[in-house]
Amino acid sequence: MISFLQIDLPALLVGTLAALVCALIGNFLVLTRQSMLGDAMGHVVLPGIVIAFVLAGTTATWVMLAGAFAAALFSALLVEFLRRTARIEASAALGSVFTAMFALGVLLLEQSGVARTTFDVHHILYGNVETAIWPAATGFSSLFDATALASLPPQLGRLVFGLAVVALIVVLLFKELRIVSFDPDFARTVGIPPQLIGVVVVSLAALAAVVSLSAVGVILLVAMMVCPPATARMLTDDLKTQVWLSLLFALASGVLGYAAAVLLPLAFGYEISLGAAGTIAVIAGLFQLFAMLFGPKRGLPKTV
Amino acid sequence: MAMAELHPLLKVLLLQAGYNTIVVMLGAAALGAATGIVGVFALLRRRALVADAVAHATLPGVALGFIAAVALGFSGRNLSFLLAGAALTAVLATLSIQWIANRTRLTEDTAIASVLATFFALGIVLLTVIQTLKTGGQAGLDIYLLGATAGMLREEAILLALFSLLAAAIVALLFKELTLISFDADYARAHGFPVRLLDLAILGLVLVVIVIGLRIVGLVLIVALLITPPAAARFWTDHTGRMTIVSAAIGAFSAYFGAAISAIRPDTPTGAVIVLVAFALLLVSVFFGAARGIVVRAIGARRLRGAS
Repeated sequence: MISFLQIDLPALLVGTLAALVCALIGNFLVLTRQSMLGDAMGHVVLPGIVIAFVLAGTTATWVMLAGAFAAALFSALLVEFLRRTARIEASAALGSVFTAMFALGVLLLEQSGVARTTFDVHHILYGNVETAIWPAATGFSSLFDATALASLPPQLGRLVFGLAVVALIVVLLFKELRIVSFDPDFARTVGIPPQLIGVVVVSLAALAAVVSLSAVGVILLVAMMVCPPATARMLTDDLKTQVWLSLLFALASGVLGYAAAVLLPLAFGYEISLGAAGTIAVIAGLFQLFAMLFGPKRGLPKTV
Repeated sequence: MAMAELHPLLKVLLLQAGYNTIVVMLGAAALGAATGIVGVFALLRRRALVADAVAHATLPGVALGFIAAVALGFSGRNLSFLLAGAALTAVLATLSIQWIANRTRLTEDTAIASVLATFFALGIVLLTVIQTLKTGGQAGLDIYLLGATAGMLREEAILLALFSLLAAAIVALLFKELTLISFDADYARAHGFPVRLLDLAILGLVLVVIVIGLRIVGLVLIVALLITPPAAARFWTDHTGRMTIVSAAIGAFSAYFGAAISAIRPDTPTGAVIVLVAFALLLVSVFFGAARGIVVRAIGARRLRGAS
């Protein structure tokens, strides 16, 4: 029981919270044909996080956020420069910038000496859900013990903060988000600026990426921004239902995926461990596969 | 960079750093040329992001290849098993993307992103399984993520060079058809060109260069070699043939130079260095490219004003 509190509970919470925050904002990326944004975001913020850590010497949330936002902003400006001033086609501009930024991040990681101590590039790629531990837990009473709770892994606090901000803004701007996602022209006629709402969506995606990246790695982030919303989209036409369903699938992927990582090898009698970030993402992909094969909304047309 | 480091870099660049390094660097250059050539058409036919997903989707294949090789009593690092596995899952990913984009209401970007994430995640799960197998050799699998020149065998480099030549030969043979569908697919279709088949040929070539590029550049960043050199080449010429040659040269130089840096600094991941060299060349081209560079355009605009 104590080992569950010390090892499994924090990892389970980290994996599931990251799944929820990414899936929530992912709904609006999928509807506006920006599904690859999560992938690009997960790659471009890496050098920002590394530089911020090297300069400030801490992994405090605001330092990571500042570094990541600086990197995301820099990348966005670079993409715009390549598109507008240099007139490179959009996907080529995006593709060359996000690969170069990630390459820079990988190189900085290896050269600055923070690799393997604070960040490990393989952890950033594979995810490292399992590193979230809570050694201070001594029993169920620890759940109500302020000093024990204070030593919960820091990425948990970051994820709760990120989820709260994203959820608050999505609730407050839900009507605007819906209109802009489905009909940007109509939005303009009723006085909602689509560009501004677009900037809000991208900023929230950046926030979700930052709080998730160091906790669960790039791949779980990309999977969660796309698979649960895509699964939900195969099941309903109503946006509110879609958002709730996507959160449900994210939650189910988090719990089942973590359980699969821990229990599956035991069930087959092997002394091995599976990477939980990987199993959570695979479960999310399987949900999407089933929804695509058997969901009621699976067919064409693609227009809403 | 300090003088003490500059000298070894020059030595490596001038191919005086020993037989093994020479072989690896020539292999890298061949790969860069092949991606530069194939990338021109992948970019013109807007397959760049599909290529990114396909590259990530090779990871479960590499892992399955390792497991299959070990199960059949071969070394886990047997290159034919790893590449066959990579090709298998890459094809599967390509078909999945097409199926999702064509047969469900989900759009192509969602198809690409979800296939990329799910396949890569499956690869990660399989890698963690392999880590705990008691066979040895699994450390070698790491290089397929971010690429490495260290420990590369002569046979591997020769294989790279052969595949690169093959890719170049196919593009040369189909050059007119590929150019036509890149600029006017409707016209090509109306005149009886097999557009779907030619598209498949491009996708097939993309697949081949990705699989052979895994070893040096790594599956995370290989797509940059398909995107960045052609994007840079467009600033030097408007002629597709010349653009393909310039793109091949930029790709080859990036890979050659990047592999050289990585050879003298083994702690630098080869793929990352190669990608940064290519991006630096893109920025140079953006400003100073002879056909559309910003500087050239500015001078041209001033001349026009002066003449009027």
